[in-house]
Amino acid sequence: MGKQVALYQINDVKKHYPIKSGLLKRTKKAVRAVNGITLDIQENETLGVVGESGCGKSTLGRIILGLEPLTEGELIFKGENITHYRSSQLKPLKRQMQMIFQDPYASLDPRQKIGPAIEEGLIIHTSLNAQERKQKVIELMQEVGLQPSHYSRYPHEFSGGQRQRIGIARALALNPSFIVCDEAVSALDVSVQAQVINLLKRLQQDYRLTYLFISHDLGVVKHISDRVLVMYLGNMVELASVKDLYSNPRHPYTNALLSAIPRPTVAKERVKIKLQGEIPSPANPPSGCPFHTRCPLAQSVCSDQKPEWRNIGGDHFAACHFA
Amino acid sequence: MQPQTTETSVSVKVSKNEALTRRLKQFFKYKLAVIGLIVILVQIFLAIFANSVTSYSPTVQDLTHVNLKPGSPGHWLGTDNYGRDMWSRLVFGARLSLMVGFSSVIIGTVIGTLLGLLAGFYKFLDTIIMRISDLMFAFPGILLAMLIIAILGTSLLNVVIAISIWSIPSCARIVRGSVLSLKKQEYITAMRALGASHFRIIFQHILPNGTAPIIVFATMHMGTAILSTSALSFLGLGAEPSTPEWGAMISAGQQYMWQAPHLVIIPGIAIMLVVFAFNVVGDALRDMLDPNMKSR
Repeated sequence: MGKQVALYQINDVKKHYPIKSGLLKRTKKAVRAVNGITLDIQENETLGVVGESGCGKSTLGRIILGLEPLTEGELIFKGENITHYRSSQLKPLKRQMQMIFQDPYASLDPRQKIGPAIEEGLIIHTSLNAQERKQKVIELMQEVGLQPSHYSRYPHEFSGGQRQRIGIARALALNPSFIVCDEAVSALDVSVQAQVINLLKRLQQDYRLTYLFISHDLGVVKHISDRVLVMYLGNMVELASVKDLYSNPRHPYTNALLSAIPRPTVAKERVKIKLQGEIPSPANPPSGCPFHTRCPLAQSVCSDQKPEWRNIGGDHFAACHFA
Repeated sequence: MQPQTTETSVSVKVSKNEALTRRLKQFFKYKLAVIGLIVILVQIFLAIFANSVTSYSPTVQDLTHVNLKPGSPGHWLGTDNYGRDMWSRLVFGARLSLMVGFSSVIIGTVIGTLLGLLAGFYKFLDTIIMRISDLMFAFPGILLAMLIIAILGTSLLNVVIAISIWSIPSCARIVRGSVLSLKKQEYITAMRALGASHFRIIFQHILPNGTAPIIVFATMHMGTAILSTSALSFLGLGAEPSTPEWGAMISAGQQYMWQAPHLVIIPGIAIMLVVFAFNVVGDALRDMLDPNMKSR
């Protein structure tokens, strides 16, 4: 993995939302939604990002696509530093980076027929004429398992799974190389989830796509990802290949998350690690290791020192003093 | 996936016609609104065919037949103090009030919508546009219109301009409100992710999804515009006395109120009916288009 060219490099990215209060609207504190993420996304891989809700994983996805300005850090896409690009400079890059959204009901314009919805990117970025565009849209619709006769239907006439296919077709229209899937299957029921995931996997092979797959569902992430990043409170907790992470989690938080996956077997009763307390507020994060307030292994060093992000062998990274 | 697909396509074929009939059925549930709609349609009909439905010019005087009572031969609504046929004046007044109402509502709504879109979408324009509209809200509407007419001079055209200007801030505010909620929708984010320009996002995605409140506003405002035109004309700030304008007719007729009450009552009823009609239709539209009111 590590020897490949990084498609997208993210260096120490931070996103702080200032909390303004008082008469003069001075910035008193900031919500640290994303607090120092460094990642190399390799070409043609699927990088899963997991974490509880509010851990900053969606914000990270939006920053990566340039939908949200970042507070600190660097974004390097295909060797090009795009951190401070203005929207006009970002526009050509948006052809190559696309997004699939969580809620297939909210991510399609209810007043726009689905043909034109898929076509929109082609209108914005290409000089194809109307007929060529329609041809391409119909090809895309077939590619994702929709029928050409659906071209002039409105989104409300489709089921959740079909709508997600429309969203996928829209993202694919410009032949992107990188797609952020923000909880792309979370709103679908399990049988449809499987269909959409298989579709995503097939498309990845056919088009050599790279996915950043954001989800809170560890089962889905395990199924689709090559590598997995675990986030907690805007921080990186652990990053490893799927096999490594699921079989040998080194960070106590990952351990707790994995033990919470329900298992359909009765044979072996696993010990569930129950975390105490609530997630601390990202506006007022704990000192030292962000996880120490809930960590079963916490020692005094954890509240004093922020654990270093280190390779603990075989491209398995973790941020824990005891990993 | 396949069986599911065909299933929806069957149910979908019917749904377009169905949606329209359902909308119409819904509208016909509002009995008052249906009456209002009929009144509006009658007014539009009279306005278009004003020349065919009247046999006298609305401005020609006949001093031998002054202040005829309604029901007089040849003048079924009587004549006014200059012997002008009341029916003709009423019908041409309908044309005038529709024209004034429509043009001021269209001008006001178009400008108001544009400003509302800008204010809702761009934060830095929001403060400017909304503070200016706050300033305009501080004046009572009719006073503001009088002020504008005092500056521009008395004429019906200036009445249109005054009412347009006065309706801009309320329209802008309504549109801004819906833009603020629409721009946070995920499909707008999706468009930004696609690299769509602001122009495209505003006019292709936000505006089409925000039309319902604009339609309601325009309909309700028609009534207000017609009423204000009459009010301004009554005060002598709009149409000249000879013009067949309902407010001007009341103003001219008030001296003869005791001898010939129909001079005041007939245009008064016309104004009341029309304003009422636009209001109930607007009310019904609001209830229909507002998803939160569906249950009623």
